[in-house]
Amino acid sequence: MGRYHFIFPRWSNLLLPAAVVAGMTAPLYVAFMVAFGFSPKSTDVGYQPVQPIPFSHAVHAGELGIDCRYCHNTVEVAAHAAIPPTQTCMNCHTQIHPESKLLEPLFHSYETGRPVEWVRIHDLPDYTYFNHSAHVMRGVSCVECHGRIDTMERVWQEHTLSMGWCLECHRNPAPHVRNPDLVTQLEWGWDMDAAERIAEGDRWLEINDLHPSQDCTTCHR
Amino acid sequence: MTTLPIDNPIDELSDDPRQRAPLVLNHHEFGTVTAEILRANEAKKPPMAWYIAFVISFSLMSSLGLLVGYLVVTGVGVWGNNNPVMWGFPIVNFVFWVGIGHAGTLISAILFLFRQKWRTSINRFAEAMTIFAVICAGLFPGIHIGRVWLAYWLFPIPNQMDLWPQFRSPLLWDVFAVGTYFTVSLLFWYVGMIPDLATLRDRATNQVKAIAYGFFALGWRGSMRHWHRYERAYLLLAALATPLVLSVHSVVSFDFAVSQLPGWHTTIFPPYFVAGAIFSGFAMVLSLAIPARELWGLKNFITMRHIENMCKVVLLTGSMVGYAYGMEFFMAWYSGEVYESFAFINRAFGQYAWAYWIMVSCNVICPQLFWFKAVRRNVWVIFIITLFVNLGMWFERFVITVTSLANDFLPSSWGWFQPTWVDVMTFVGSFGLFMTLFLLFIRFLPVLAIAEIKGVMPEADPHAHHGHDGEADA
Repeated sequence: MGRYHFIFPRWSNLLLPAAVVAGMTAPLYVAFMVAFGFSPKSTDVGYQPVQPIPFSHAVHAGELGIDCRYCHNTVEVAAHAAIPPTQTCMNCHTQIHPESKLLEPLFHSYETGRPVEWVRIHDLPDYTYFNHSAHVMRGVSCVECHGRIDTMERVWQEHTLSMGWCLECHRNPAPHVRNPDLVTQLEWGWDMDAAERIAEGDRWLEINDLHPSQDCTTCHR
Repeated sequence: MTTLPIDNPIDELSDDPRQRAPLVLNHHEFGTVTAEILRANEAKKPPMAWYIAFVISFSLMSSLGLLVGYLVVTGVGVWGNNNPVMWGFPIVNFVFWVGIGHAGTLISAILFLFRQKWRTSINRFAEAMTIFAVICAGLFPGIHIGRVWLAYWLFPIPNQMDLWPQFRSPLLWDVFAVGTYFTVSLLFWYVGMIPDLATLRDRATNQVKAIAYGFFALGWRGSMRHWHRYERAYLLLAALATPLVLSVHSVVSFDFAVSQLPGWHTTIFPPYFVAGAIFSGFAMVLSLAIPARELWGLKNFITMRHIENMCKVVLLTGSMVGYAYGMEFFMAWYSGEVYESFAFINRAFGQYAWAYWIMVSCNVICPQLFWFKAVRRNVWVIFIITLFVNLGMWFERFVITVTSLANDFLPSSWGWFQPTWVDVMTFVGSFGLFMTLFLLFIRFLPVLAIAEIKGVMPEADPHAHHGHDGEADA
């Protein structure tokens, strides 16, 4: 026997109930972490910045029925969906509300030639190559990723745009494809029931011979 | 059965088949066994050689840390890995270290289940060696992935990318195999150490030691119930660890065998790798045991009989490895496969022939010397042979990894692998990590399984002094 003796102090008996409590609260912790991970705070869903001009998609795309492609005119041929230049706005706004205070930044831009500084909402990581034309021309509607833009007064991000979310559709595309002629008809299909919608999707998958790729290199080049 | 005198403290190498050599020399009481084994732990200062070894090991470990930092900051371009040899030193070193880590569990688990009592003197530090070797092994794939901060992608953790590791890839099986092996080995080592930690606690000469050892001894009092549960737990862990001895290096060999490269894609790989792992593991145990028993004064416990037994294991596994080398050549010829034949002719006579012949000399020819009793009983010769075996086993992994990658199907894509100084120093530094951990272990933890050793002494047998069936069946 050495001169020093060690026995566990009495309070160490508390370790057992403490371990039990920790074990029981572990599911709560997991639930909290998962909820936090999926919450809009982490995923950017609902991101709705204030734009330099209070442009209303609800008015232009919804009430007036202007086709998406009138402004975002590159979406059928290019990877990038163009933000329209000031000139596109001025096609109408030389005549409509030419004195509006709210449109002041637009007129200023038109006079000086400096573009309006719109705030980007849908922003993918730089290592992800998303191609608008590849999707739009195969019958993936704008609404599948952007939501009902035609009802949004000020646009927000509708979906997470995470990789898992992309893959969800690449693995099971039927509920998300349609007749390519109807891609900008955002309200199309909302009155269908799920089975009907999937049948329609399957039909167009077959017609256009669609096989969405799940290779890494499809998006990460 | 004839009764033989039980006290035979001198002739530890008796070859009289009627009498087993004693496993503990010059001790007749349990108390002196404890005192002698713990003498080095309880000494105020370790011997000078320990300090010298520690300074060297610690410097090498620090250089490893710096080089890993340099790698992380700069990228894997600091290594020689490049097209077509993408698996350079990191994978060679990984397989080398995992292999070394195999002797520990073999000694602790398989020899335990087979009631090989001579294992008691070597199992503790063989297990420690296993754990430290697996730590070194785990380091290399971790830094080989390039983006070290994403190392958690090796594990199947649910994530927003909906992305899983490739479950069909042996590289993922490796993660599980090595992870399981490390966990079980660590548990086995620790559980086995609890009674000895309690001994250290009770003999502690200051409060800090008493609390530290006392904490890890988990309140061990040596009651009958404690022993009962301890022995159950130890037996169960031995049973759990046993399949791992065979499975881990089999899975490591799948890293090669499952791919379709000539020289890799062979079914002999799992048994061949396991034999090689045990071979290199025992060689490393000997390389460590010989100086340790000298410096730590453990010659009464790690006797020449123990050393000789280990030499025989090295001889056996070395011959198995040699057989595997020969069989690989035979199959390459017998298959009639032009690429397979080329792979092996290229190994022996191609641009890496020097590495191949170093491997053959060290692994096949060297251990054959253990056929001679005089060699098996000369610690200097054994020490040198085991160092050669370690060298040879490193070259085996180098030959397998590099030759097949450097010269595959298409001559237009052939290449030449040139390690950089960072490659070399990272490998040397991993020895620093290994030795630092080992030196700390022999200084602060019971280097032999004190409680178990007492169990194999004749004095542990209640009938020992009755003159019938004289000895504990050692």
